[in-house]
Amino acid sequence: MSELANNFGRRLHYLNADYGVKSWLLTRDHKRIALLYLASISLFFALGGLMAVGIRLELATPGADLVQPDTYNRLFTMHGVLMIFLFLIPSIPATLGNFLIPLMIGAKDLAFPKVNLASWYVYNIAGLFTLWAVAQGGVDTGWTFYTPYSTTYSNSYVVATALGVFTVGFSSIMTAVNFIVTIHRMRAPGLTWFRLPLFVWAHYATSLVIILGTPVVAVTILMVAAERILRIGIFDPALGGDPVLFQHLFWFYSHPAVYIMILPSMGVISELITAFTRKRIFGYKFIAFASVSIAVLGFLVWGHHMFLSSQSVYAGAVFSVLSMLVAVPSAIKVFNWTATLYKGSVSWDTPMLYALGFIGLFTIGGLTGVMLATLGIDIHVHDTYFVVAHFHYVMVGGAIMGYLGGLHFWWPKITGRLYPVFWSKFSAIVIFVGFNLTFFPQFLLGYLGMPRRYHVYPADFQVLNVMSSAGATILGVGYLIPLFYFFWSMRYGERADRNPWGAIGLEWMTGSPPPTHNFHEPPTVDWDAYAYLPDTPGGTGEAWDAAKPTSEAPEHG
Amino acid sequence: MKFWPEQSPLFPERATEIAREVDAIYFFGLGIATIFSLLIAVLVVYFAVRYRRRHPDEVGEREQAPAWLELVWSIIPLGILLVMFAWGADVFFKARRAPADAVEYYVTGKQWMWKFQHPQGAREINDLHVPVGVPVKLIMTSEDVIHSFWVPEFRVKMDVLPGRYTTLWFEVDRPGIYRIFCNEYCGVEHSLMRGSVIAMEPADYEEWLGGGQPLTALTRTGEQVFAEKTCNTCHKDEAAALGPSLTGLFGTEREFQDGSRTIADENYIRQSILEPRAHLVMGYQALMPTFQGQVDEEELTLLINYIKSLQD
Ligand code: HEC
Ligand code: HEM
Ligand SMILES: [Cu+2]
Ligand SMILES: [Cu+2]
Repeated sequence: MSELANNFGRRLHYLNADYGVKSWLLTRDHKRIALLYLASISLFFALGGLMAVGIRLELATPGADLVQPDTYNRLFTMHGVLMIFLFLIPSIPATLGNFLIPLMIGAKDLAFPKVNLASWYVYNIAGLFTLWAVAQGGVDTGWTFYTPYSTTYSNSYVVATALGVFTVGFSSIMTAVNFIVTIHRMRAPGLTWFRLPLFVWAHYATSLVIILGTPVVAVTILMVAAERILRIGIFDPALGGDPVLFQHLFWFYSHPAVYIMILPSMGVISELITAFTRKRIFGYKFIAFASVSIAVLGFLVWGHHMFLSSQSVYAGAVFSVLSMLVAVPSAIKVFNWTATLYKGSVSWDTPMLYALGFIGLFTIGGLTGVMLATLGIDIHVHDTYFVVAHFHYVMVGGAIMGYLGGLHFWWPKITGRLYPVFWSKFSAIVIFVGFNLTFFPQFLLGYLGMPRRYHVYPADFQVLNVMSSAGATILGVGYLIPLFYFFWSMRYGERADRNPWGAIGLEWMTGSPPPTHNFHEPPTVDWDAYAYLPDTPGGTGEAWDAAKPTSEAPEHG
Repeated sequence: MKFWPEQSPLFPERATEIAREVDAIYFFGLGIATIFSLLIAVLVVYFAVRYRRRHPDEVGEREQAPAWLELVWSIIPLGILLVMFAWGADVFFKARRAPADAVEYYVTGKQWMWKFQHPQGAREINDLHVPVGVPVKLIMTSEDVIHSFWVPEFRVKMDVLPGRYTTLWFEVDRPGIYRIFCNEYCGVEHSLMRGSVIAMEPADYEEWLGGGQPLTALTRTGEQVFAEKTCNTCHKDEAAALGPSLTGLFGTEREFQDGSRTIADENYIRQSILEPRAHLVMGYQALMPTFQGQVDEEELTLLINYIKSLQD
């Protein structure tokens, strides 16, 4: 037993295996790195959130009463930059993905543990660059950095911020390469591709997009810097450049980037839905291939951000029809999740509340995306609050709901502690209500005529804006509650056993928290994912016997 | 097309025919979105309640929804999506293609104002007077960054770019004052880059034109710029001229020395002036100097308008 226990006779796991700052800052354990990332991205989420508070406060009245226009422009720009590049893109992959992929496939760690640690340092360097730019006064170009405003006209710290975005891309790429190699090479014996949890498929697809897309935005940023500093004419017509070229390059990355943000979350939802219905997912292969086809098709639709940019109407038509196609796999996923509930054993635990919320909100986000991809509608709502509402429904209602759901699902695994049931359910509901109150009115605002990125607006738009600001207050409270009880639970939470939810998956077969090398005996797998029934294909009932809450099976970890 | 009210707090007034068409497809899209969202919401809630877990170690039932559903929910959405695409593209093409008889106005966006020029030569800032019942085509460019011209009541918008022309058209069907918004973020005062389209009965419009600013005929000033910038030394209707005759040029197909062709529109003339080397007209040498930096947006507009007026 000695190697399984520490000096105090406690069970040895990744958190108590070693103490001290150095043991964290130099760790190569994917689980510890996941926690390092969790700390870093939470910081940027909080900062981005503070800026959102500023934005919503300013917009509560039509006039300019809180901040100067220039400050307002910097607020919404930094909000977007921090939330997208430093929070949402790394959010699930770098934390839950990092923590869970090796566990889910029965591996000891990722393929390149040092690269994994290095990616966290690169991320932080990028974050520091960006914070430095904020401290200098920030940037005011919008997160989209449109030229020639960004290269010639803006009097703000464009290059510093852009360097932050440039650098953080490398950390994404490092993580993505790590995932791809790990998933290819390190699956436990018997764990074939079609036995993988869909979370792993989703991360595989995401990693492909990251590797193929991120270099494009990196090059684009370098071009912006070259034009801004060296006055090399690329985008500014006054220097002989083409401003629309920038938009092509930017969206060629940034449309796929929206799938970098949503696919991992969809992976989380597949895990939650199965665990909380105790049922094999409906259409496993459809969901797996939907992830991959979203990843591929996602590269062909960037022009739907540019219908009115002077691109030819025929190009617009092509991008419109392709965007319609990319909506199909998204629809398939939503229907499959819903069908999985049918005759499941549906529990209403906190993570499931998030999952059900995700389904509803993502559906609205996706369907309004389809409306935007419809040329005859976009000609009116392009660049209005309708678009703002759409992407918050998919990114906040979708991606962040999935992230929080996943965090609540795996928290007992990560920390070995349970959080308070009442508060967690309460905050899930507060978030859902606050979210809808914040963003639903924005659909109406956009159609009525409010352009995005407006510091002051005509008084007739005020009622809807006040609703939105009120909703944002509720949403903010909803996000703060988990912050408190998560911290609280680390110390005072009830201890979680190996598998508090009675879920199937290799990660639930090892201790909570898992030992440093994840499993004491390398697992072999002879069941399909989500094999809850005793005689599911490929399964022997062993998986469920090991998982079910009443089972006396010995601890593996 | 009278299924819905003309006025509602949910959408702006409709002042053009295109606005009615955009609203029709918007309501169709909204209907589809509502039906599917409700369908999903109702199913999710129903299943979550009906099949809620009753014992801690209960497992989901063996029975799955039938597999053919996968086909149903791939094909039906695909069909609906293609309808939305086709309908949307149809509306969009109408909204983007100005009728041939549209009256042309020039628009220049600049941080943070709109400058307008009437075909008769009158100029305005931020206000644009137009007659109702007449198709109006805006030929737009920017002096600095990208802007975007939007009038919600007309349901049309278009980006306004530096270095090229984009167009937008509308035919207002009732007099009124309609707000113009700059819809592409353009810097500090973006949200104040607003204006109004003032639509008037044609007779009132004529009166306004007559009573308003002095009428400097646009075509004459264009001719002056053409002479000031020495264009007329090379471009004259003589066989021995160094440059091609520009009479009757506008709207014709041009053939270049590299074999490519293009229609001579505003963007072509603009490029010919600013980047003459981009296309070399068949039968001429690369003699034309670039006027980049020597003519400003306003002069360009005048020159283009002048060249357009040179019809035989
Ligand atoms: C030094 C002589 C010269 C001057 C001055 C000159 N051009 Fe030209 N321009 C040419 C020649 C030669 C061509 C044909 C070769 C080419 O395409 O560059 C041409 C081509 C053009 C064309 C394209 C005509 C076609 O047939 O497609 C336009 C339009 C034009 N010029 C406008 C102007 C304007 C406006 C000015 C004054 C601002 C101007 N040019 C000044 C020599 C001149
Ligand atoms: C169902 C599939 C989707 C379709 C058809 C779709 C379509 C569109 C279209 C056409 C636009 C451009 C609107 C405009 O500017 O006029 C847009 C904007 C946007 N979408 Fe989506 N979308 C989909 C899903 C998503 C997802 C999953 C995300 C992110 C998780 C997302 C994030 C965004 C963002 C961030 C923007 C705005 C970018 C900006 O201008 O700042 N979309 N979407
Ligand atoms: Cu997109
Ligand atoms: Cu603007």
